Amino acid sequence: MRPIVRFLSDELIERIISEARDVLCNLGVEIHNKNILSMLQDYGAKVEMDRYYVLFTDEIIDRALKTVPRSFKLYDVLGNETHDFSGYNVYFTPGSAALNILDYSSKKIRKPKTGDYIRYAKVISKLNNIASQSTAFIPADVPENISDSYRLYLSLLYCEKPVVTGAFTIEAFNIMKEFQLTIRGTKDELKVKPLTIFSCCPTSPLKWSDVTSQNLVDCAHFSIPIEFISMPLSGFIAPVTLVGTLVQHTAETLSGVVISQLTNPGTPVLYGGSPAIFDVRYETTPMGAVETEMIDCAYNEIGKYLGIPTQAYISLSDSKQLDAQAGLESGVGATLAALSGINNISGPGMLDFESCQSLEKLVLDNEICGMVLHMIKGIEPKEDFPSLPRFEELKKVQHLLISEHTRKYLREVFYFPGPIIDRANRTRWQAEGSLTLLQRAHSEVEKLIKDYTPSRLPDSTKKELTKLMEKEAHHYGMERLPKKPG
Amino acid sequence: MDILKEISEKLQLGDDEKVSVFTKQAIEEKIPPKEILDKGLIQGMDIIGAKYKVHEIFLPEVLLAAKAMHAGMAILKPMFIKEGIPSIGKVVMGTVQGDLHDIGKNLVGIMLKGAGFEVIDLGNNVSPLKFIETAKKENADVIGMSALLTTTMPVMKRVLDLLKEEDLCDRIKTIIGGAPVSEEYAKEIGADAYGYDSANAVEAVKKLVRNEK
Repeated sequence: MRPIVRFLSDELIERIISEARDVLCNLGVEIHNKNILSMLQDYGAKVEMDRYYVLFTDEIIDRALKTVPRSFKLYDVLGNETHDFSGYNVYFTPGSAALNILDYSSKKIRKPKTGDYIRYAKVISKLNNIASQSTAFIPADVPENISDSYRLYLSLLYCEKPVVTGAFTIEAFNIMKEFQLTIRGTKDELKVKPLTIFSCCPTSPLKWSDVTSQNLVDCAHFSIPIEFISMPLSGFIAPVTLVGTLVQHTAETLSGVVISQLTNPGTPVLYGGSPAIFDVRYETTPMGAVETEMIDCAYNEIGKYLGIPTQAYISLSDSKQLDAQAGLESGVGATLAALSGINNISGPGMLDFESCQSLEKLVLDNEICGMVLHMIKGIEPKEDFPSLPRFEELKKVQHLLISEHTRKYLREVFYFPGPIIDRANRTRWQAEGSLTLLQRAHSEVEKLIKDYTPSRLPDSTKKELTKLMEKEAHHYGMERLPKKPG
Repeated sequence: MDILKEISEKLQLGDDEKVSVFTKQAIEEKIPPKEILDKGLIQGMDIIGAKYKVHEIFLPEVLLAAKAMHAGMAILKPMFIKEGIPSIGKVVMGTVQGDLHDIGKNLVGIMLKGAGFEVIDLGNNVSPLKFIETAKKENADVIGMSALLTTTMPVMKRVLDLLKEEDLCDRIKTIIGGAPVSEEYAKEIGADAYGYDSANAVEAVKKLVRNEK
């Protein structure tokens, strides 16, 4: 039996959705994009163009909920299926778009460069429990206008896994879409085999900026999957109660669902988010707070109730380094997320309120993900009945270490973490250098980079991607792309 | 394929029947028994040991290989006796008096046999005198003692005191192990070695019989 955790009753979910509809239809949403407002108007929504305001109707909400896909799949750069976002399937993806990385040698944060991004892509390509890559941080050695497309370019070049990403400007979408068309060949093929998920974020409370709403529409036109990242902050720009925050999250996310489905019915979306409680002592948004995680799990239940696959930023930490807090918050988050069946779980590698990626944390989190993915397989009998013969064998041989039953099921029923997780006895641990978690994680990072095998994407495609990127860089005044180390 | 290589490979797969068959065949081919042991059986066990150390394989595979080693040894042993070739070492082992926990000790025993040692397992609840007398009688190289309880650990020291009294410390080495035991405790009571797990115990015993520190 797959274990499942629930926080909301169906009655409460229905009430939250009904309240959110009430907000959408009677208070409305601010959308700073006249094309989208016109489209909504054409479908019967009441629009105040001057105030960028729209009152939704139950009809367009119902219409969107009818066409929104109940599941979709993702494929790697080679076209192999990697994800089936349906039911309670869960996949992990690194936390995305950090501004900083935590440098192992100096133990300080710094702005990442091209070389750092390539190291990241090499590491993530070897992590078995993290199914996709994300554009995890923003290289600072290219102009800002191409910092979004450049990281996608590097990801597609160095790692075969599909990518969770997003554009920072309206213009950048074009090149990011071109990369994907270059790999898939045609728009239709890209629709059949999606390669990326774009994060599109409403602005709390109840607003869409021109850029993010246009990104949403552009993705929809190309059937590129979208994850809605609504970010209400409980007690600050959302009601302090978790239910109140959920009403706001539902309204904001539903508004995105409506825009995507009216633009192109059947556009695949993830009912996602990155809400948080607001810590009124530090004026921060703790992603590792248990209430934040409860909101994530709960809106995932609402998404499931609406029949939409889900996403959340949940297995991450606010700690500044790879310490016990980092493990605690990421571990609890990943466990709750998986038990709740959040389909795309974002967070591994991330520290410091989604602002800092650490490769050492990423490889530790890969182990957390491995344990959690193993846990949700649940407990099932495996030739356990009748039990008597096995216990007779045990009494006779005095151990079951080489029993056929043990050898058949050992690797299935136990998850064997890598060397980052210390399970040696103290003497062996001392004999092997008394290494700390951080030291073990770092040596694993270096090992993975050393063992990296290049992406099997054809060289001709890689060259085309580079040509596109060079052209884009040139357009924004950069003569040459940064040199790729190693 | 070279018959010795065949023995090594079948041993690594834990195939005791095939190891027996090929060991017999190697004897028929007039390969000296010592060479069958060193270049066939022990060579295979060395590979298994190295793989186990880096977690490429796990304990069940090691124990199966040890079982296969044992099968090969059973065929070679009469020949060694006949030709007067000494075994690589003889270990008298047991769980100390007052302690009935023998799982860990049994594991070490299997692993030692797998490495080619002669093992005399005295079982559990073994008195200090029994350890000493058996070791003397069997002309053993090593006494291995195990304890799971802090209350029975001191028995190990009594064995060591008896060895000292009889002036046998140079001839018979000692190794201790068990959950509450540590390297520090081994030093404290004057044991020659401590094994933190079964594979480590085998390595330590090998060093003891080679007179290495």
